[in-house]
Amino acid sequence: MALFDAVLELADDHLVLGHRLSEWCGHAPMLEEDLAMPNMALDLIGTARTLYDYAATLEGQGRTEDDMAYLRGEREYRNLLLCERPNEDFAQTMLRQLYFAAFMHPYWQAAAGGGDEVIRGVAGKAVKEMAYHIRHAGEWVIRLGDGTEESARRMKDAVEALHLYTGELFEEGAAEGVDALPSRAAIKPAWEATIDHIFGQALLSRPVVQYPQTGGRRGLHGESLGHLLAEMQSVYRAHPGATW
Amino acid sequence: MSGEVPLWEVFIRPRNGLSHKHVGSIHAADEVMALQAARDVYTRRGEGNSIWVVPSAAITASDPDQAGENFEPTAEKIYRHPTFYDIPDEVGHM
Repeated sequence: MALFDAVLELADDHLVLGHRLSEWCGHAPMLEEDLAMPNMALDLIGTARTLYDYAATLEGQGRTEDDMAYLRGEREYRNLLLCERPNEDFAQTMLRQLYFAAFMHPYWQAAAGGGDEVIRGVAGKAVKEMAYHIRHAGEWVIRLGDGTEESARRMKDAVEALHLYTGELFEEGAAEGVDALPSRAAIKPAWEATIDHIFGQALLSRPVVQYPQTGGRRGLHGESLGHLLAEMQSVYRAHPGATW
Repeated sequence: MSGEVPLWEVFIRPRNGLSHKHVGSIHAADEVMALQAARDVYTRRGEGNSIWVVPSAAITASDPDQAGENFEPTAEKIYRHPTFYDIPDEVGHM
């Protein structure tokens, strides 16, 4: 079931990060971003739905996408730690989005030529979405990094807070040896090139990480994921089987 | 924040062959961010395939006080409307 596990990992990344972005809805610093962030959240949640549905089909135990999303606890979630990091301020949210999209864009490009029809379909759509997320988040990182004294400080703090979670992006996890999905480690040069290109304009540099954080793929999460899931799953758990 | 950020007018072209139409305005720091904001605010339901943004400050508007001299003289020139011709059915839509 390596493919099932790998698809579930990807689905969890997208749902958790999508939910995090959706938390900005109604709280963004300006109306334009109040629409832009939920737009991006919906891209991610749309991808997550297709992947959960596919995972449920691969498993063949009669579970649905809703069961996958709403009836698993935090130790069963396999998302990257980066995706669950709290929003904090706008600078951290944009940097987190850039880190993730800069990985997923080349990843889906590679997956679009893989041997699995469903994955190819997801990849074809997601490549365009991730290209936009890189552009949107990247332009903000550039403007905040090379902006006012305060925005530059917040952007540097964001790099300090989040960079230690980026190493986990390149761990192979369950997808090791699965034909349908690209090697995650092989994405690293493309990711670094994107980040360096944007950081160069943002007056930022990639720090050397002394103590990289990892464990999401084994279900070892930070405290904040439990709170996120509690909120996200509360309605479904209070009304089991409810549908729209 | 919006108080410090310039205002932009947004024009969307619904499909090829039609002209860009004014749809509203957004706040953005510069033209690159203005295009992104316009995309996120005004094209969420497939409204178009091309966006223009123009700094609101670059628009020169007619004076409402001159509306009379600007627009009223045309009211009586009904012969400018192409409604005095019989179009044969065979012509179809013009």
